[in-house]
Amino acid sequence: MATLDIKDLHVSVTTEDGDKEILKGVDLTIREGETHAIMGPNGSGKSTLAYSIAGHPKYTVTGGSVTLDGPDGRADVLAMSVDERARAGLFLAMQYPVEVPGVSVANFLRTAKTAIDGEAPKLRTWVKDVNSAMEQLKMDPAFSQRSVNEGFSGGEKKRHEIMQLELLDPLVAILDETDSGLDIDALKIVSEGVNRFKAEGDKGVLLITHYTRILRYITPDFVHVFVDGKVAEQGGPELAEELEASGYDRFVKASA
Amino acid sequence: MTAVADAVETTQVVSHLNPPPSYDLADYPVPTGREEVWRFTPLKRLRGILDGEASDATLGWDTSVPEGVSLSTITADEARGLGELPPNELPAALAVSRAGGATLVDVPDDFDSEQPLAIRLTGASVDDLVWGHLVFRVGRHANVTIVLTHTGSARYCASTSFLVGDGAQVRILSLQDWYDDAVHLGRDSIRVGRDASVRHTSISFGGDLVRMHANVEYDGPGGEAELLGLYFADAGQHLEHRLFADHNAPRTKSKVTYKGALQGQGAHTVWIGNVLIRKVAEGIETYEENRNLVLTDGCQADSVPNLEIETGEIEGAGHASATARFDDEQLFYLRSRGISEAEAQRLVVHGFFNDLIRRVGIPSVEEQLLTTVEAELARNLLKET
Repeated sequence: MATLDIKDLHVSVTTEDGDKEILKGVDLTIREGETHAIMGPNGSGKSTLAYSIAGHPKYTVTGGSVTLDGPDGRADVLAMSVDERARAGLFLAMQYPVEVPGVSVANFLRTAKTAIDGEAPKLRTWVKDVNSAMEQLKMDPAFSQRSVNEGFSGGEKKRHEIMQLELLDPLVAILDETDSGLDIDALKIVSEGVNRFKAEGDKGVLLITHYTRILRYITPDFVHVFVDGKVAEQGGPELAEELEASGYDRFVKASA
Repeated sequence: MTAVADAVETTQVVSHLNPPPSYDLADYPVPTGREEVWRFTPLKRLRGILDGEASDATLGWDTSVPEGVSLSTITADEARGLGELPPNELPAALAVSRAGGATLVDVPDDFDSEQPLAIRLTGASVDDLVWGHLVFRVGRHANVTIVLTHTGSARYCASTSFLVGDGAQVRILSLQDWYDDAVHLGRDSIRVGRDASVRHTSISFGGDLVRMHANVEYDGPGGEAELLGLYFADAGQHLEHRLFADHNAPRTKSKVTYKGALQGQGAHTVWIGNVLIRKVAEGIETYEENRNLVLTDGCQADSVPNLEIETGEIEGAGHASATARFDDEQLFYLRSRGISEAEAQRLVVHGFFNDLIRRVGIPSVEEQLLTTVEAELARNLLKET
């Protein structure tokens, strides 16, 4: 079993004008096998939620808790370092993946897999796994010799994120606007990757998006509308359809 | 005058960064440390080299010489007659004056071998003052790799010339892998033949104070020089690299890329990149770049690119210099994949140097260089975990 439990989470960032609260009490529970979509207007704090769970140093948690129940028991996510969170089973697919010059994709993936598993992957199966992940995401085999994210197109960056998701195989995946900037073909390829991950059955997915488009390919079990640092409304997939038809105005006004 | 000679400009250009060349020691006032060319160098730590005492101490020579290449001893006058670039700084002038002759390494015309010409110079003690004078003459259309390794300890001051014949392809690696107390003042001067191509790499890991000067001139149009450098300064080390590309002929190219890392209290690196584009040097291309990665507190990286342009007719000229600490976003990205902080830092540094090491073009030393970088990291950065 794997459950990510976020309770009354408050998060601030330091700005030139002092500390600014961005998340104002987020409650969210993602159980295994569930896919949750978080939708909301720009600036509502969606990405802050993703990066806070992953432990980005820019964000300061001022209240609340985040716990991850996994096969090894309950972990206090907020007490762990960035890499400990990843090794505990959290994965963040980033909206803007970072370039690491001179480090090949192959070297990076092997190093990450070794860190997550606590031992180096067996060479033969690992090469096979990497090749098949690349093939399914329709990536050129030469890709593995390129430097991490350096000179990648927008679509290549996102496919590379999903390739890591599949190879590192976490308990809970947080996808931060993985759909933004993708053409329809790339969106389908990336969605198929997420769906293969979901199909393992015991995984949790938190899908953060501005648009409903990706929800045609990845069906959420729950939809949360995020406004001004907290969940303003939640429901089933039908909530996404309403947003598609009438936008965020109703929720933004309600919170104002 | 021949057409080639017409295309080379040899008159003096007054530049405070690159004083006029001279063999006469009287032309070099004793440095006070305030001069532009000496202001970054801690003179006290030169351990009196610039006093210019006579010494007949030598370094141990261990050579691996491919068939066809010959070594011999010549006089300083003969070295001058071969057309080495005259000294343009006190250490090189002292080295030529005090060494009592030069070692000539002769690579014949059309030479072509995969086997590197390797010379390993080993010092016995920092108490030894060693004057060095080497001349590498590379024949026309030769294709050769030269690896010069400095190890052990000494106070070593040397002038090393590479006279590269027309159309030759030369890769040169100078590795400064000294013990912690060594002092090394070196000038590598390169004369690039018409349509010849030279890649010179200077790598400094060891030594208390290392000050290397790489100087390029062209014998005619069409010559290309790529100057690469890598340095890794630990606590208390002073590693200085000075470059001077003198575009004295048309349609020549120079490309300079130096990368350095610093760690530990008092680690100091200096990079001075000087490029002169003379009036005659139309249609040239030059680009110089220096990047420094500061790994800990207490380090200082000085980086000064200078470009003097005397003709408007150039293909391209530019420079870049950047000195930075670890990029937090890079570390976050790697750590968010489960990679520990120390391992993430190791990967970033590995990547930083990897690009450059791949460009050295000498496969037999690539692995060794990467291993040395890892060992340097283990000395400090990874020790904390």
